[in-house]
Amino acid sequence: MLSRRHLLALGAATAASVMPLRLAFANAELQQRLVVILLRGAMDGLHAVPPVGDRDYRSLRGALALPEPGAADGALPLDSQFALHPSLATVKQLYESGEATIVHAVASPYRDRSHFDGQDLLENGSMRPHGLSDGWLNRLLPLLPGGRQKRLGLALGAEMPLILRGPQDVASWAPSTLPAASDDFLERVAAMYTAAPELSRALATALDTQAMATGAGVMDQGGGNARRQSVLLAEVAGKMLSEPNGPRIAVMDVPGWDTHSGQGLAQGRMAQALGQLDASIAALRKTLGAHWQDTVVLTLTEFGRTAVPNGSGGTDHGTASAAFVMGGSAAGGKVLGAWPGLSESQLYQGRDLAPTTDLRSLIMGVLAPHFGLSQTALAANVFPGDADLAPMRGLLRA
Amino acid sequence: MTEPAVIAASRFGLGARPGDLTVITANPRNWLLQQISATPAPHPAIAARPDMQQRIAALPDAKAVKAGDVAKKQLRDGLRTLYLDDVSALLTAQLDTQACFHERLVQFWSNHFTVSGTRPQVLGFVGAFEQEAIRPRILGRFADLLRAAALHPAMLLYLDNAKSVGANSKLGAKRDKGLNENLARELMELHSLGVDGGYTQDDVRALANILTGWTVVRPGVGERLMKGEPGSAVFVPALHEPGSKILLGRSYPDSGADEAELAIADLARHPATARFIATKLARHFVADTPPAALVAALEQTYLQSEGNLAALYRVLIERPEAWDAAPGKMRSPHDWVVALLRGFGTVTALPGERIVAALKTLGQQPFFAPSPAGWPDQDTAWLSPEALIARVDFARASAVRAGDVDPLRFMSEVAGGDVGEATMFQLRNAASKPEGLALALLAPEFLRR
Repeated sequence: MLSRRHLLALGAATAASVMPLRLAFANAELQQRLVVILLRGAMDGLHAVPPVGDRDYRSLRGALALPEPGAADGALPLDSQFALHPSLATVKQLYESGEATIVHAVASPYRDRSHFDGQDLLENGSMRPHGLSDGWLNRLLPLLPGGRQKRLGLALGAEMPLILRGPQDVASWAPSTLPAASDDFLERVAAMYTAAPELSRALATALDTQAMATGAGVMDQGGGNARRQSVLLAEVAGKMLSEPNGPRIAVMDVPGWDTHSGQGLAQGRMAQALGQLDASIAALRKTLGAHWQDTVVLTLTEFGRTAVPNGSGGTDHGTASAAFVMGGSAAGGKVLGAWPGLSESQLYQGRDLAPTTDLRSLIMGVLAPHFGLSQTALAANVFPGDADLAPMRGLLRA
Repeated sequence: MTEPAVIAASRFGLGARPGDLTVITANPRNWLLQQISATPAPHPAIAARPDMQQRIAALPDAKAVKAGDVAKKQLRDGLRTLYLDDVSALLTAQLDTQACFHERLVQFWSNHFTVSGTRPQVLGFVGAFEQEAIRPRILGRFADLLRAAALHPAMLLYLDNAKSVGANSKLGAKRDKGLNENLARELMELHSLGVDGGYTQDDVRALANILTGWTVVRPGVGERLMKGEPGSAVFVPALHEPGSKILLGRSYPDSGADEAELAIADLARHPATARFIATKLARHFVADTPPAALVAALEQTYLQSEGNLAALYRVLIERPEAWDAAPGKMRSPHDWVVALLRGFGTVTALPGERIVAALKTLGQQPFFAPSPAGWPDQDTAWLSPEALIARVDFARASAVRAGDVDPLRFMSEVAGGDVGEATMFQLRNAASKPEGLALALLAPEFLRR
């Protein structure tokens, strides 16, 4: 029996005749890699990157103030002002080695507090929810070398996130426990889809991706437990991005941020989510190997949470949060972004960390130097509708 | 044009079983209307499930869980067993029911008012929520459904209202407890007005204050304050924020439990709610981008009938849009699995663990929507390459297990005569019955409704 990989090698004679939209993956033209980790649910930036040096921090946060650096389960110190949650040991290491930059008090242009609209705007890259129906990462692809012809984008997980949806063909991968279908069967399925272009295109992409995954040594490992899931996806992302003809841009989720209650300190819901994020970053670094040098890993969340804890040991929906820019290309070891302060008059609407950096500006500050793109090209295509938007400086090594 | 009987069975129902289309063909509209004329008795598998109070009584209490790992494990296992049995009961009902339009409506509303097992503490209550808050009310007034869903103990726990305390309430003033906005926000954004419904952050605060006091009686939790049968929702005055509140421009004088009742009734009456519910129904039953005329007709009916849900379903059935549109909606994984099992003629109860494992691989674990917004109701969500390949693998496995089902016969039983030539050619030329059946399950005519 032929493998799915073999089927693709047969090329035009069989597969391509029924899969007109089949695209090859990238080749060596593009060395730079980008991993976007979506933190859906709104990460509490004040908990992930506590401003332990701010004079209002302890009184404001009360039971959610992390113990001082050095104390048992204490925050991990970054500089005189900021620290990291104790679950972020890998990020701390990267910070020390100059491979992690943290930007605090960032927010997208969205100022209401709906997760779903917030995520929609974060992913569509316009000024408002549902302002565009495709994702900004999909719009980035044609600006990259080979991006029009090749499939540079990869989503980890069963669903295709909005951020990657759009006219450019992109791949997705998720673990499966079922035995794979034979090539003969897949050809028959493809033949049924000649009059159904969406199904035809989705099937062709899936087959290419599976062949890629097999080539990269990714084995189906089953669903596993939910807490390992992100780490597994990060490992697969790292392996597939490392392939010479693999994708160059990967998107994955790390869940668990909507901490309305039981947010906790060194233990609790937030510690679990941060622990998963930290382990996923470690898995990416490991599986990317030498390509880590050419990689930027960026975390994005739809908004932050209330600066003041709510009544149930958690936090409600807020405004500004923090973002991590990591990888061999990061100009790390710094916490960037103007610090707005935590006194009542400094809080946004008297309740949330006030935003001082536009998240789109941060993203442009990664994309422009990383992929050698101009501000004009990014403003026209990736984040349209805001002429004043400029890339943030100092995020990546010159 | 797709045969009306196929539309009735697939778009409105859960998919035809062998012989169903012959029955429905006589009068598809009537077949649907009959199902919404009165609430049917719950399927015996559902009726046999324990209610919320019985569930709570069977689980270890909070003090025991705090005190030791044995009780903690008992709680975890107990919740999981309840969940798996709920899943099994639901699938049994979906496979066995005659009233499959009614059962689809249950799923629609259950998803609209999502209580998801992703919060472990409510995992064992998802079935009770559907059974107690949703099933008895989907043919009545939206206001009653909204009230029952928002104030059901499972929802109060899932969206944290059970822990919300008015800052100036008796307890709030004494201890360091306060407000939680979670339920208030989702009640407006997801359950009634919709995100563009015109409310502000101040309205979220006001509604959160109005909802303070509504909590759940649990053994070992605040027993001196909370009186009532364990597992039931109660209003506890000592947790309620005093004073009048202004929500959406209307003032609600301090009246304790009545504030939530009044506010929920007002939300149900709001024009934004009429529009939101009309759009969601039209999207579910017709197309991702629903025809404007249909949405307008539903909205009008909602306003005129004061949110009479059966009247809305009659509009869907009696107007032409649902019958004219070609099957363009991708069946969700859950819908697809139910339709294929019904097509096989399966009626036996399946173990919960198997269903959960299968639907998890397909990307839609039952009662496990990723967020309070529920599962998406648009094609883009279910058309990813990875989701399709998971269906390919699943179709093969289930076709092998189905035994001796003839693919061409299956196709005509589920899709009537509306099958395209590309599909028919593959079914006729399949190498074996299981292969042909797997192809039928993956045919565009069966993937869509």
